[in-house]
Amino acid sequence: MTTMILAERPLDVDAEGFLQKPEQWDREIAEAIAAGAGITLTDRHWVVVNFMRDTFLTTGTAPTIRTLGKASGVAIKELYQLFPKGPAKLAAKIGGIPKPRGCI
Amino acid sequence: MKNILILGSGTAGTIMANRLHRLYRRDVAQGTVRITVVDQDTTHVYQPGLLFIPFGVYQERDVLRPRRRQVAEDVRYIQSAIRSLDATSDTVVLENGDRLSYDVCILATGAHLAPEETEGLLGDEWQKSIFDFYTIEGATALAARLQSWPGGKLVINVVENPIKCPVAPLEFAFLADWFFTKRGIRDKVEITYATPLDGAFTKPLAAKRLGHLLQEKGINLVTEFNAGSVDTEGKRLVSWDEREVPYDILVSIPLHKGASFIAGTPGLGNDMNFVLTDPRTLQAQLKPNLFAIGDATDVPASKAGSVAHFEAEILTDNVRRFLAGEPLEPAFDGHVNCFIETGFDKALLIDFNYEVEPLPGKFPIPVIGPMTLMEESRPNHLGKLAFKWVYWNLLLPGYDIPGIPPQMSMRGKQLVTAAESAA
Repeated sequence: MTTMILAERPLDVDAEGFLQKPEQWDREIAEAIAAGAGITLTDRHWVVVNFMRDTFLTTGTAPTIRTLGKASGVAIKELYQLFPKGPAKLAAKIGGIPKPRGCI
Repeated sequence: MKNILILGSGTAGTIMANRLHRLYRRDVAQGTVRITVVDQDTTHVYQPGLLFIPFGVYQERDVLRPRRRQVAEDVRYIQSAIRSLDATSDTVVLENGDRLSYDVCILATGAHLAPEETEGLLGDEWQKSIFDFYTIEGATALAARLQSWPGGKLVINVVENPIKCPVAPLEFAFLADWFFTKRGIRDKVEITYATPLDGAFTKPLAAKRLGHLLQEKGINLVTEFNAGSVDTEGKRLVSWDEREVPYDILVSIPLHKGASFIAGTPGLGNDMNFVLTDPRTLQAQLKPNLFAIGDATDVPASKAGSVAHFEAEILTDNVRRFLAGEPLEPAFDGHVNCFIETGFDKALLIDFNYEVEPLPGKFPIPVIGPMTLMEESRPNHLGKLAFKWVYWNLLLPGYDIPGIPPQMSMRGKQLVTAAESAA
């Protein structure tokens, strides 16, 4: 675990920049992480990011891309437009939760 | 009497039944312990052998045996689908409504293919130009097709991880290169490997070596490709971000899911129906008397027979501890051991766990081997072929494999510097 300064605050992150302590997160940090990935957050992005974060905080696991597509209110195709290449991974990173354990 | 209930009689369930039977042999004979196994069908498939069927190396008869005969006679065996599991009353309900109560329940219900989750996969072209090789039906249909195929574009696609045996799709690509070379039409076949990962494999060092092998064999690699749909008329595989891969034959590794009844028990599984499981003790998160093993779990280890075998030794001891009221041992380290068939009578071997990625070296004895890690060799290939005998005669009956303990060993492995690994 390393420390990264973002939005003028020290954050505990893993090697890929995923926050390790979700409580260190706020909207300003989300916007800074998104900017680093070349994304300007719109209302549609926020629907996904909030869903991602709420699911993680209530169940302890991040939803997969398929669950996002079925339950977040944003279809899979649009997810890929909003978060190019890896929507679940990117939305988790912006939402300030650890990297989803999807792939082995 | 203590009731131990095992759901599923595949690799993991069969090994658990036989190991627990050996541990409690006397108690079973005296009627103080009862071991019950439930499975929905009658045929045990040697799944590592399915890879060889499309290329005519193995036939159907090489990989199929009756399930019941792999399980010790004193174990009660019930053939039935499972309707539900009620964790509150410690009861499993079978298809016909019969109820089985348990003191300990082991979920060994595996993973199955869900091609219906990808638009266009399951349709008129299924098993005509679109195939899987993870089922006996798919593998044999593909064998018939490849035998007489005049050539064209062969595309291998992993829809989404996790999948069973994550190296099998790569092995399929390597063997296809060998098969078409042997048939004398390699120059008429374009092989493409399309994966959602950002490299050939999940672990960096292995991804690098396997990526080189793909290149050497003239196999195209398409990365970060998340298949969204198949256009069966235009014969194109289309990703969610609208990239296209044209094919004449599509070999798909569809989305995998855990058993569907798991979704009916709140808190038991994740959104793909894999059981939420402690990665060290193999106890389910939902309740202390529930355990999970093999492909059925959500632990971050490969879904592979070797993992089920290593887990079984640890889980047998933890079931004993649980029934004796002792604390569980957090002993499982995520140990995986996989042969990777690379064609032309060679194979590669990888050995890793939760923390240590696959490293080069010798296995299982330092310097001597006889097998080499991370490098192609003929002894590795012979090891892979010999594994069929080991599977039926040592693994399923629940014996230890000499020289290969459940925890990964660093003996014989060469340490690779971070710089080398990143290069």
